[in-house]
Amino acid sequence: MTDNNIILQARGVTKRFPGVLANDKVDFDLKKGEIHVLLGENGAGKTTLMNILYGLYHQDEGEMLVNGVAVKVDSPNDSIALGIGMVHQHFMLVPVFTVAENVMLGDETTRRGILDRKTVSAKVKELSHQHGLDVDPEALVGQLPVGIQQRVEIVKTLYRNAQILILDEPTAVLTPQEADELFVIMRGLTARGVSIIFITHKLKEVLAVADRITVMRSGRVVGTVTPEEMNEAKLASMMVGREVILKVKKGEAEPKEKILIVENLEVQDDRGVEVVRGVSFEVREGEILGIAGVQGNGQTQLAEVLTGLRLAKKGSIFMNGKDVTGKTPRPIIEAGLAHIPEDRQRHGLVLGDTVADNLVLCTYYQPPFAKWIVIQQEAVDANARKLIEEYDVRTPSPFVLTSKLSGGNQQKVIVARELSRDVKLLIASQPTRGLDVGSIEYIHKEIIAMRDRGIGVLLISAELDEIMALSDRIAVMYRGQIVTTVDAKKATREELGLWMAGSHA
Amino acid sequence: MPEIDTKQAPQSGLSGIIKEAINSPLLVPLLAILTAMVVGGVIIAMVGGNPFAAYLGLAQGAFGSFKALSETAVWASPYIFAGLAVALAFKGGLFNIGAEGQLALGAVTSAWVGYALPDMLGITLPPILHISLTIGAGILAGALWAAIPGALKAYTGGHEVINTIMMNYIALNMVSFLLNGPMKDRTPGNVIARTPEIAESARIPIIFEGLRVHWGFVLALFIAFLAWWLLWKTTVGFEIRTVGMNPDAAKYAGINVKRTIVLTMALSGLLAGMAGAIEVTGLNYRHELGFSIGYGFDAIAIALLGKTHPLGVVLAAILFAGMRNGGTRMQFLTQIPVDIISVIQALILLFVAADAIIRYIYRIKVEEERVTLTRGWGG
Amino acid sequence: MDWRRFGFIFLVIAVLFGVVVAIGSKADSPVLIITSMLATTIAVATPLTLGALSGIFCERAGVVNIGIEGMMLGAAFFGWLAAIYMNTIFGFAPLPSLLIGVLFAMLSGGLFALLHAVLSVTYKVDQIIGGTVINILAVGVTGFLNRQLFFEKGSIFGGQVPHAPGVLPRIQIPFLADIPVAGRIFDQQPITIAAILLVIIAHYVLFYTPWGLRTRAVGEHPRAADTVGINVAFMRYANVVIGGMLAGLGGAYFTLESVPSFEPLMTNGRGFISLAAMIFGNWSPFGAWAASLVFGTAQALQINLQFYRPLIPDQWAFLQNSYIVGLAPYILTMLILTGIIGKTTPPAADGVPYEK
Repeated sequence: MTDNNIILQARGVTKRFPGVLANDKVDFDLKKGEIHVLLGENGAGKTTLMNILYGLYHQDEGEMLVNGVAVKVDSPNDSIALGIGMVHQHFMLVPVFTVAENVMLGDETTRRGILDRKTVSAKVKELSHQHGLDVDPEALVGQLPVGIQQRVEIVKTLYRNAQILILDEPTAVLTPQEADELFVIMRGLTARGVSIIFITHKLKEVLAVADRITVMRSGRVVGTVTPEEMNEAKLASMMVGREVILKVKKGEAEPKEKILIVENLEVQDDRGVEVVRGVSFEVREGEILGIAGVQGNGQTQLAEVLTGLRLAKKGSIFMNGKDVTGKTPRPIIEAGLAHIPEDRQRHGLVLGDTVADNLVLCTYYQPPFAKWIVIQQEAVDANARKLIEEYDVRTPSPFVLTSKLSGGNQQKVIVARELSRDVKLLIASQPTRGLDVGSIEYIHKEIIAMRDRGIGVLLISAELDEIMALSDRIAVMYRGQIVTTVDAKKATREELGLWMAGSHA
Repeated sequence: MPEIDTKQAPQSGLSGIIKEAINSPLLVPLLAILTAMVVGGVIIAMVGGNPFAAYLGLAQGAFGSFKALSETAVWASPYIFAGLAVALAFKGGLFNIGAEGQLALGAVTSAWVGYALPDMLGITLPPILHISLTIGAGILAGALWAAIPGALKAYTGGHEVINTIMMNYIALNMVSFLLNGPMKDRTPGNVIARTPEIAESARIPIIFEGLRVHWGFVLALFIAFLAWWLLWKTTVGFEIRTVGMNPDAAKYAGINVKRTIVLTMALSGLLAGMAGAIEVTGLNYRHELGFSIGYGFDAIAIALLGKTHPLGVVLAAILFAGMRNGGTRMQFLTQIPVDIISVIQALILLFVAADAIIRYIYRIKVEEERVTLTRGWGG
Repeated sequence: MDWRRFGFIFLVIAVLFGVVVAIGSKADSPVLIITSMLATTIAVATPLTLGALSGIFCERAGVVNIGIEGMMLGAAFFGWLAAIYMNTIFGFAPLPSLLIGVLFAMLSGGLFALLHAVLSVTYKVDQIIGGTVINILAVGVTGFLNRQLFFEKGSIFGGQVPHAPGVLPRIQIPFLADIPVAGRIFDQQPITIAAILLVIIAHYVLFYTPWGLRTRAVGEHPRAADTVGINVAFMRYANVVIGGMLAGLGGAYFTLESVPSFEPLMTNGRGFISLAAMIFGNWSPFGAWAASLVFGTAQALQINLQFYRPLIPDQWAFLQNSYIVGLAPYILTMLILTGIIGKTTPPAADGVPYEK
C-alpha cells in the first residue's frame, strides 16, 4: 500500500460540532505534483477537512501523514513548517497593511529589532515575478482588485516555501478568464513540484483542471474518481446523492409594463469613490433581468440605492410609476418592493428574534398586525404558522429564534416574508450564496414562479451559471457601468466572461 | 446541514422541575448574588468582622420590620426608575451611562417647579396639578438631556458611552452652580448647597401614617408594567428592540433607525428624570448637592442584574434598596462600614456580567443571548 | 494626521492661550504667561496622554477599554497606599517610597487590566459592560478601603491619614532648564517626562516592530493573524495588560506627582477624556498626545485664570465662574466626537470578540 508518490494523507478524520457531524471518518490522499479537486456542495465538510489539515481546527479522531510519517498539526505554525499553505475563501489579508506587511506577518524579517521592509519587498517582488503572479509589494491591499488580492495570498504561501497548496473556492471572485489564468498558474506550480488541493462546488471547472476528484457529501467521502470517467451529471448526482436536474425548468417570459426604470444613476461608496457611474436600465413585469459581474463592480451599492439604503449622487429611479429617487426604505417597500439581501444574516434577519417576528419585520405596523400602536399578537402568530407551512420552513415552532435555523431555512424565512406581500418588483442579490443544492433549487423555482405571476425580477448574482439559467435578459456590470445587455437565449458563457472582464471595447 | 433540534418537550416529575429551575433565567442572577455575598463575607472576616452577624443585621435592616420594609420601598422607588431607564436603553442597543446626570437635572428642575411656581403665579395650586407639573418638569428635563447624546449618536455616530458621561459632568457642574447660586436655600443659617423646600402642594402623599413610604413607590411599579407593555406589546417597542438587536436589518426593513435611537434615549432619560423627580417630591422635598452621586452606576448594576427585563429590574431594585437600607443597621450593630455594600454590589455586577464565571463554578449550561453595545464605537 | 485636525488643534490652543495672555498681561509679561501655561499644560496633560496610550494599546489589539478611569483610580489609590506604607510602616525615605508607589500603581493597573482581559477575551463579555464593571469595582474597592484604613479607629494607621511622603521631585533637564524664562517648560516631574518618552516609544513599537505589526493585525483582522500562526488571545491579553500598566502610571500621577493625597473619585473623568483623545488622535500615539495637549490647555486655562481672577474684565465675568470654565474639556470632548473635525477610523475588529 505504499505509494511513494503520496505526499499528504488524512486517515479516518472525524470532527464534530454542536449538533453537526462535519467530517465522518474521512480518508483523503494527495499525490505529489497533482491537482486534486475536492468537490461537494455547501456544507459537505470540505472546508472543515482543510481547516483540520491546516491546523485551524483539531480533529476528534483520525490522523494525518506527511510523506508517510504521522504528524501532529496543532496550529498553522505546524502546518506551515510542514510546507502546507492555504488560500482561504474569504481572504486572510489585512486591508490597511501593504502587500509586503501582509506577506511577512507572523514570519517577520527584522534588522536589530526593526521590521526589515526593504528585504521583504525585494523577496516578494522576485517571488511573485518568478511564478507569474506579479504584485507591487508597497501597495495597500485594501485598494487592490480582488483578483490581485488572491495573488497576494498565493505569494504568502510561496514565501513560506509551501509545497502543498490548498485553494478554497478560489474562483468565486474571478471572471471566467481570470479563472483560466489561475489554472495556468496552477499548472506552472505543479510543474515545479507543488501539489495542489482545489476545493470547489462548480462542476464545470472540475473537469477542466483536475487530475483526480474526491467527492464529499454530508461529511463523508463518496468516492475518488478521475475526470476521464466522469461528466457533469454524474458528478452532480455524486455530490447530492440523487438525480439532479441541472437545467432549471422555465417557460417563455411574457413581459408587460415597465415596473422599474433607472436613469443615469451615479453612486459613491463610503469612501467617496464612484462605484456606479451612469447606469440606466429597466425591468418589466413578468421578466427576469439578470445583472452579471464579478463582485466589486458596483452591484452592492446599486442594490443599496434601489432599496433606499443609500443615496445616489445623481440619477433617478421610478418604481411602479412612482418616483422613488432618494426615498427611505419604507416608502419603497410600500410601493411594492420585495428584497432578498446579499448578506442575509446582517440585513435580512434579526437573528436574536423569533421566526414569527422576522416574518412581520416589514409589516408589523400595518393592520392586521397592529391597531394604532398596539401589536395584535394573534394575527402575527397566525401569519407565521401560515407562512411556515406554505414555504416549508423547517422549524419546531414559530417562536424559535431565527439564529437556530439552518442557512437554507433562514433564507426561506426571508423569501416567505418578502414574497407573501403584494409586491410588484423583486430585487434578489446573491440569493443562493452558501446554500445547499436543495435550497438552491427551491429558491430558483420561487423566482421563476414570481416571474410567471407577473412580477418583475432584478437578479444580481456573481454566479454566472445562475444568471444564465434564470434570466430572460442579461446585463453585465463592469467597473460601475452596464457594458452590455443581451437576450439570455443568445448569450454564451465565453462572451459574457469577456464582458465581465472588461475585455470588450 | 442537518436541522438542530431546539425545543425539547417539557419533562414531567421532579427531574422536570429541577431541570426547569436550572434553565430558569433567575438561576444565574441568584447564584451571582450568593457568590458575591460569600466573597463579601470573606472580606468582612479579613478585616476582623463576623460575616454572619453582619448579614443578619443587613437582613434585619432591610426587611425585618414594617419600618424597615417601608424604608426599603422608599429607596427602591428611584432605583426602579433609574434601573428601567438603563434597561430600556439596553433593549434599544444603547448604553445610557448618563442616568446620573439626567436624574440630577430632573431632580433640580422638579425642585424648582416645586418651590418656585406657587410664588411666581401668586396662588396655591391644587396638589394633583402641582405634583403633576413637578414630576412632568423633571421627566422633561431628563428626556431632553438624554435626547442630546441620542441625537449625536444617531446623526454623527458619536458613541453614547462617552457622550453621556460627558453630559454627566456637565450636568453636575450645572447643578453645583445652581445649588450654590441662584437656587440656593436662602433660609438664614443654611450653608448647605441645596434648594429650598418644595411647597406642600407638590409633595407626594405617604401611604401609611407614620411610615415614609409614599405613592411614588406604587407609581414605580405601574411604570415598570407600562415599560413592559411598551416594549413587547406595541409597535414602538418592536422598533426599539429590533434596532437593539440588529440595526442593519431594521433599516433594511424600513424602520427609521435614527429616529428610534433618539426616541429610545429620550424615553430612557425620561425614566431617569422621573427617578430624580420622585426623590424630590416623595422623599426629601428638596434637592441637595451630592444626592444623586452613585445612582448612575447603581442603575447599571440593577439593569444588568434584572436582565434588562422590567420585572427583573423591579426585583433587583428592591434588593439593592434593601442592601442600602440594611447597611446602615449593619454598621450600627456590627461596626462594619457600610462601604462593604458597594464592594458586594460591584461583585454582584461582576458575576452577572461575566455569568460564564458563575456557570463555570456551578457547572450550569444555559444558552444566553449576547448583548452587543460596542457597535458604532469610534465612528 | 491630516491638516484639518492639526489646524483645529493649533487653533484651539492658540485661542485658549490668547485668552489668558489677554487677561494676565496687565500683571505679567506675555512671554512669562505663555511659558507658564505651556509648562502647566504639559504637566496636566500627563494622565490624559497615558490614558490615551493605554487605550491605544488595548484597542489596536481589538479590545475596547472604557475601564481606564477605574484603572487610574485604583492605581492612584494603591500606589499612594504603597508609598505611605513604605514610608510610615517600613520607614523608607520619601523618594524610594514614592518610586515603590509608582511600581505598585502600575501593578494595580495591570491587575485590573488582567481582569478586563479575562472578561473580554476568554469570557467574551461585551467589552463596554466589562469596562463599566471595572469602573464600578474600582470605585467600590477604593472607597471601602479608603474609609476602612484611614477613617476607622483601630485600623493600621490609627484612624488618621498619615503624613504622606510628598510628591515626586522635579527634574531639571540639563541645559534646557537653564534657559531664562522658557526654562520652566523643561522643569517637570518624572511621570510627566516618562509620558512624553512613552509616546515616542509607543509609536516606534506599534509601527516599526513585529510586536506592533502583530498587534495591529490582531485588531484589524484577527482571523488573518490566526491563520499565520499568531496567538490572538495571547496578543490581546498582553496588550491589554500593557495598557493597564500605562493607565496605572497615569493613576500614579494623581497621588504621587500632582497632590500628595487621595480623594474618592479624584480622577474626575480624566480616563474618559483620554478615550476621546485617543479617538481624536486616530489611535496613533502622536495624534493622541496632541489631542491630550488640547485638553491640557483647557485645564491650564482654568488654573491660570484663578491667578488672574481680579483682572478679568466685567464683560467676561462668566470666566470667573470655575463651574463654567471647568465645562470646557467636556464640551470639547463631545464636539470632537461628532466628527466635525474629521472622520476617524478605529481598528476594524475593535470591540469584536474573536471566535475560532
